[in-house]
Amino acid sequence: MLTEKQLLQDLTPEIEKTGIRWYLTFVIFFLIFCVGIYALIQQIIKGHIVTGMRDNVVWGLYIVNFIFFMGLSYAGALLSGVLHLFHTGWRKPVIRLAELLTVISLVIGPFFIFFCIGRLDRLPFLIIYPRIQSPITWDVIAISTDLVGCFLFLYLSLIEDFAILRDYTDLQVKPWKKKVYKFLALGYSGNEKEKKILSNARNVMAAMIIAIAIIVYSVLAWIFGVTLQPGWHSTIFGPYFVIAAVFSGTGLLIILMYIYRKVYHLEEYITKRHFVNLGVLLTIIAAFYGYFTFSDYLTKWYGSIKMDSMLIDKLFHDYFSLFIFANYIGILLPCIIIAFPRFRTIPSITIAAVIAVTALWVNRYIIVIPTLETPFLPIQDTRPDWIRYSPTWIEWSLTLAGISVYGMLFMLVSKIAPIISISEMKEEDKTEILK
Amino acid sequence: MKESGENVNEGSSRRNFLKKVGIGIGAVSLSGVAVTSVIAKNKSKSGKKIKLLSTDGKLVEVDKDDIKAVEESVTELKSEARKGLPGRKFVMVIDLSKCKNARKCVDACQEGHLLPKDHDWMKLYLLQDDHTTARYWFPRPCFHCDKPMCVSVCPVGATYKRDDGIVLIDNERCIGCKFCMTGCPYSVRVFNWKDPEVKLPAGSVYDPELGVPQVEGTVGKCIFCADKLRKNELPRCVSACPMGVLYFGDLLEDTVTNGTETVRFSKLMKDRAGYRFREDLGTLPSVYYLPPYERSFPVESGLEDTDESIKGRYKNAGPR
Repeated sequence: MLTEKQLLQDLTPEIEKTGIRWYLTFVIFFLIFCVGIYALIQQIIKGHIVTGMRDNVVWGLYIVNFIFFMGLSYAGALLSGVLHLFHTGWRKPVIRLAELLTVISLVIGPFFIFFCIGRLDRLPFLIIYPRIQSPITWDVIAISTDLVGCFLFLYLSLIEDFAILRDYTDLQVKPWKKKVYKFLALGYSGNEKEKKILSNARNVMAAMIIAIAIIVYSVLAWIFGVTLQPGWHSTIFGPYFVIAAVFSGTGLLIILMYIYRKVYHLEEYITKRHFVNLGVLLTIIAAFYGYFTFSDYLTKWYGSIKMDSMLIDKLFHDYFSLFIFANYIGILLPCIIIAFPRFRTIPSITIAAVIAVTALWVNRYIIVIPTLETPFLPIQDTRPDWIRYSPTWIEWSLTLAGISVYGMLFMLVSKIAPIISISEMKEEDKTEILK
Repeated sequence: MKESGENVNEGSSRRNFLKKVGIGIGAVSLSGVAVTSVIAKNKSKSGKKIKLLSTDGKLVEVDKDDIKAVEESVTELKSEARKGLPGRKFVMVIDLSKCKNARKCVDACQEGHLLPKDHDWMKLYLLQDDHTTARYWFPRPCFHCDKPMCVSVCPVGATYKRDDGIVLIDNERCIGCKFCMTGCPYSVRVFNWKDPEVKLPAGSVYDPELGVPQVEGTVGKCIFCADKLRKNELPRCVSACPMGVLYFGDLLEDTVTNGTETVRFSKLMKDRAGYRFREDLGTLPSVYYLPPYERSFPVESGLEDTDESIKGRYKNAGPR
């Protein structure tokens, strides 16, 4: 049994003091964020003309990032929900990361929609004049439900930790922080009755966020699926997007595990077992995801429908390298690395995860852009420089800003909450968890 | 924002006229200047009487001082623009055998709606369905579908289908999500990527039926010149076409006209084998095409008198 003191020392490395390294990383992230803000101001002043989007490709990098981040979030929700419900023993050191990943991605994702819409000032119209026929309205309802659900799930898992931090008298923090813990712990004292209520609530929420995650990401896929556009108008898109989301989320969880393990020396907690288990999960999902991708493109390629043929033609010419990277390398390479036990080392599994996540982002790109470049009527009678899409620095800086805010939010959370759940680790024998 | 100062209130006055039907006494048209009026309840002051035609067709006498012009109000314009003209179902027929890319429709459209130069509501395509088939010029306005994808997907009801078949956009409601642009299978919709920088006539208010001014960050498209239709005039592109390519009319009256000849819609469809573009998509367009049979011009003539920048737009045209 680990002592509470040692757990607190190991798992809350940022709460008591702030190291120079923390500040330095934060400042770098913040500078990138500032460039993004500058880009956003440019876009607001000059209009969307500063982006690479034009009348054919009306959705660009912003929408790609939106579906990518939302996918990460739903994957986090699915993973933490499933791991929690099935009481998977090894989950305990990584489930907090999965929960954080869920909520933080969910906070970032919608911002890319805000960048994409032409009239940010009219955003309230979505609530004031909603039309339930529109899949965007479905999405507004779905995402806000998801946001509440995932926040609750994360908070429920944090209550016990906040109570521990509140009761730990040796904690060297400023008085305001103590007050925050006292407030956030909601007077939790840890008696049997409270434990039971909390555990029930968490089970219910875990089941709910699994369902919500699947529904919400399907709704997002239907935004594309319901249109008549070649490549998007596909019945497979709902389940395909859900699988793709879990693929990227599992990948990112592995990457986060690697970073946290290195930065905070959590070798004792996050072990090779976690990497291998999640790696195997990644492989299984990659198989499903590859299968969906294959059957989607096979049916389009085999038939003779003109619009589908033109899209496939475009993918295999203009987007050849991206297509190969996203749908061959990005799926097969992680599988190969993880399938052979000899390659299963922590760094190689992490590399596989990096490839998987990058490939999935590219996959999103080649789902969104080539379709918009293949309209039913040929792209004619328009200015020649308006035909092909290439993102401008404005779009790239806002993308990077999104990633830097992602990092900053993780860093800020580590200032207030344990990066691995103390209460969960306390409950079980360490050897049992980490065997 | 009407074209000229002298009939500033005309379009809206007709609307207000309709609104005041309940009060009972109506509008007057004096020496070309349309002024809408309502009767104040009190008796005459000047003693000068004016004859007016009431909405139920009776001639009535009203004191001159009691006639007041009604202020144009944006909310009234917008609520009228949402209803559409009662008892009408507008339809357009495009005779592909007569089109030679004269582009007068495009110019008239851009001038009439004060659009920036790169902002085409009416587009001209040079289509060739296959390398074994002929090339032809293909003018493409908005199809004003009876099952419009764009209207279905709009999250805020900024674009809507009216009773008279027209699909309009409220540029003061549109949030610019561009979902309608991906929803429309005909690439009809254009986005205002920057401020259109149009000079508006003083005192003009936004009218969705004219689509002026276009608003930065919102979507625009052909609106069948709903403002002209309310005045019982033809859309700008139809009157501008020197070849008489475009016919416009009412499906319920079964009549279409290109300004010079007026024909039975159903007979035209039957005789000339009219069709709709991509019927398979099931959007039920209100725009019909007549195949390019026995053409008035060779297709190449469409590129002869145009300047280089226009020619450049068609350099990739070819069989799909």
